[in-house]
Amino acid sequence: MSVNLTIGKAINAGLRRAMEADPKVLVMGEDVGKLGGVFRVTDQLYKDFGADRVIDTPLAESGIVGTAIGLALRGYRPVCEIQFDGFFFPATNQTFTQLAKMRRRSAGALNLPVVLRIPYGGGIGAVEHHSESPEAYFAHTAGLRVVTVANAVDAYWMIQQAIASPDPVVFFEPKRRYYDKADVDTEAALDSAHPMGAARVARPGTDVTLLAYGPMVKTALQAAEADSDHSIEVIDLRSISPVDYDTVTESVRRTGRLVITHEAPVSGGVGAEIAARVTESCFYHLEAPVIRVGAFDTPYPQSRLEEHYLPDLDRVLDGVDRAFAY
Amino acid sequence: MSDNTAHEEPELVQLLTPEGELRHHPDYPLDLGADEVRGLYRDLVLVRRVDTEAVALQRQGELGLWASLLGQEAAQIGSARALRPQDMAFPSYREHGVAWVRGVEPRNLLAMFRGVTNGGWDPAEHNLHLYTIVIGSQTLHATGYAMGVQRDGATGGDDGTAVIVYFGDGATSQGDTNEAFNFAAVNNAPVVFFCQNNQWAISEPLERQSRVPLYRRAAGFGFPGVRIDGNDVFASLAVTRRALQHAREGQGPMLIEAFTYRMGAHTTNDDPTRYRVAAELEEWKRKDPILRLRAYMAANGVADDDFFAAVDAEADKLGERVRVDCRALPDPDPLDIFHEVYAEPHAQLDLQRAEFADYLASFEDAGAEGGR
Ligand SMILES: Cc1ncc(C[n+]2csc(CCOP(=O)(O)OP(=O)(O)O)c2C)c(N)n1
Repeated sequence: MSVNLTIGKAINAGLRRAMEADPKVLVMGEDVGKLGGVFRVTDQLYKDFGADRVIDTPLAESGIVGTAIGLALRGYRPVCEIQFDGFFFPATNQTFTQLAKMRRRSAGALNLPVVLRIPYGGGIGAVEHHSESPEAYFAHTAGLRVVTVANAVDAYWMIQQAIASPDPVVFFEPKRRYYDKADVDTEAALDSAHPMGAARVARPGTDVTLLAYGPMVKTALQAAEADSDHSIEVIDLRSISPVDYDTVTESVRRTGRLVITHEAPVSGGVGAEIAARVTESCFYHLEAPVIRVGAFDTPYPQSRLEEHYLPDLDRVLDGVDRAFAY
Repeated sequence: MSDNTAHEEPELVQLLTPEGELRHHPDYPLDLGADEVRGLYRDLVLVRRVDTEAVALQRQGELGLWASLLGQEAAQIGSARALRPQDMAFPSYREHGVAWVRGVEPRNLLAMFRGVTNGGWDPAEHNLHLYTIVIGSQTLHATGYAMGVQRDGATGGDDGTAVIVYFGDGATSQGDTNEAFNFAAVNNAPVVFFCQNNQWAISEPLERQSRVPLYRRAAGFGFPGVRIDGNDVFASLAVTRRALQHAREGQGPMLIEAFTYRMGAHTTNDDPTRYRVAAELEEWKRKDPILRLRAYMAANGVADDDFFAAVDAEADKLGERVRVDCRALPDPDPLDIFHEVYAEPHAQLDLQRAEFADYLASFEDAGAEGGR
């Protein structure tokens, strides 16, 4: 059955389905209970699954991730909500030194099927620490899988895939796209969904590959639509770790050009990593250097300036033009 | 600093004096048979021997590092002997006595400090989690695990499960430890916090960590805290049993502060003469956990000279075994670097592993061709 859902509601429906399928799945975080989370992504779950499965935690991010690790060691599958990107940092230690490393430390004896859900990115006019894109920190940490979604269909399936994964998964939710809608077939089988680690060609094209993920996919599609001079192929990366280089390089070999866009600052970002790899493996196919369109290497600015900071349609189109200037 | 109460001498629970005299405590009765007492003595002596051998092996270059438990044997053996098989223990990195009681082969402890592995055993096999180096992290893991025990309905009766977590005095300054206290309290989780206050966090004395006696922290979080003589194996056993029972029955967490002393260096890299005075060491030598138990046993006919000689002989054998086993630990295969990072394939890692395997193989090919 097809249902028209927002990204937020699709994640909610995916969580519900995962909780119904497996009594070991828990939801935990600040305000996830009666309130349903500040973005209402866990709406009604508390009412239907009870306080033992939808846990309102003390206001302590390290505590959330650290106890989720313990719960996973006991056989549970906790899905932690970190309220906003900028509030993840108190949990960095538990995430980087413990969650990411424990499987390796135990030589495979321990799996930690923990999901960290993080609403991220800007564009909602928020106060400081509510608009950041910290995905590169996670992608740099071995032992974590890092994914993000750009539409309700992926939101519904990928949250379930993340929960089903035996590995820890950081699940970035593009908060300015929470209300974007799509038709979702909520009754299909989970294993029929596009694999979580794979990228997807969101719009085929022949002249240039435009790679985006999360909130920037919509902007990239708008750019492809707006640019009547070039046939732009848009790739929705979906998985930030691992990167599906097969899909990316196949596209670049065909188009000969690559533009990467993300909301995060460009230096040391995910785009830099992909640019390096693609240069190494597609050097003789490239007609131009790989172009990055991202944010400045500054703290996220006050919201009255965010329209200048976030890469928008014009900046993305400018990036595409630069790729044709060679 | 007159209002600093961290060193105030609160009453400690003590069942065995440094002179080896038995005391009774109304809240913590202990009724041990002679066999059990002899078993505790044997544990103390054998684990001290493992420790002594490991320090020597480090000096001989066989181990990269070792964190000695010298002086803390009673706190560890007593508390670990209070555990039931189904209970889960979360150690820090100095809990060799706990590991001993939980049946982890000394060789597997040494393997970690030798650099052969970052773990060393299967936690499920021993109900002992892996050593945790980042101070305080494991307090949250234990608390989360205990929350899982609650959800499993595994508390309640005598066969219920309880959780214990070990950490040092320095760890009580970490946010994680305080978050764990709070998570455990608000959830009434079945976890016993066992702090070995060995007076030092590397070079920092207790007064750099806390202005109140550590066991009193518990009151601020809403659960009981008690200080014990950490060099008294009987007190450690009796109080931990009681705390585990408290947790097992669903009455929530408890904090035990074992007041003890780290007799050796923090690790084999450390030089304690730079920050502490010899007189302190002399004072604590008089409180030695093994000597006091032995004095009690000899005076009360619990064991005779033959028994003590037999334990010493067993320790000699164990020492020999530890030395041989340690040297026999093989270096891991270079490609082990890539193993067990993820449960499912990870494309980037697979690519890097393949590239590295080719690189390694190129040396073998070069060797076969007579070298470059
Ligand atoms: C988060 C963190 N900071 C610093 C260190 C380095 N370090 C290792 S042990 C130690 C002292 C710990 O003291 P304590 O908690 O009292 O335990 P003890 O070693 O005395 O058993 C320090 C600072 C560490 N391992 N983890």
